[in-house]
Amino acid sequence: MASEARLRIKTLVMVLAMVVCANVGDLLLKRGMSQIGAVELTAQGIAQAFRLTVTNPTIWLAIFFLIGFMISYMTVLSWADYSYVMPAGAFGYAVLTFLAVIFLHESVSPRRWVGVVLICVGVLLVGQTKPRTTEVPTEVAA
Amino acid sequence: MRLIIGLAILILGSTGGEIAITHGMKSVGEPARLRPLAVLRFLGRAVRNGWFWAGVPLMALSFYALLVLLSWEPISLVIPASALSYVAGTLGAKFILGEHVSAARWAGVILVCIGVALVATG
Repeated sequence: MASEARLRIKTLVMVLAMVVCANVGDLLLKRGMSQIGAVELTAQGIAQAFRLTVTNPTIWLAIFFLIGFMISYMTVLSWADYSYVMPAGAFGYAVLTFLAVIFLHESVSPRRWVGVVLICVGVLLVGQTKPRTTEVPTEVAA
Repeated sequence: MRLIIGLAILILGSTGGEIAITHGMKSVGEPARLRPLAVLRFLGRAVRNGWFWAGVPLMALSFYALLVLLSWEPISLVIPASALSYVAGTLGAKFILGEHVSAARWAGVILVCIGVALVATG
């Protein structure tokens, strides 16, 4: 069925966008916050951290990606099952592990590799099921 | 006891919030096509949906519970325990949203749940 294939492809594209935006956003946020340094928990410390945060370009780039995550998440949930999208999003943990090995040359424990394999098999199993099992209205009249 | 209450708020908050948002997005209806303008119109309708605004504070509450839990307990306990939200979310999808969760989907969710717990503690 052509529409079935189309539904599957657009769901996979949006889940991929979700995973990429969430992970890139988190990494940038982490980098931006480490540029700012540990926040002192006094009124003055928090005020200064706030000023540094809103003037840091890395943080703004992170926010941009995290908004991208929220938009792709909301959009995909408008047609796909929650019980399909939620486990599929865990694919990000596997991607992060591969990125850490390839680019950061981190060593990964066997326990973590087992986790990555379980996530990949789990995501493949969920990915085989129908992305949508409920009726969805297309474009409600505005 | 406080650990159990904290975990319950963490898991039920994120699951409840995401289920409310899913319900909201389903009632808004998908964008007619995946073009920027159509998606913007969709987002405009989405932020006027009550379920969306019911979901956001629940997710914020869950995030706050995560921060508090991390200040009490080691991350190697908190994150694997929070992976239970995959199971809670699937139960919610089945019984609240009425999604059909096949045996293959259940098997996948449980593998993902165990996998996330292992990755987080690896």
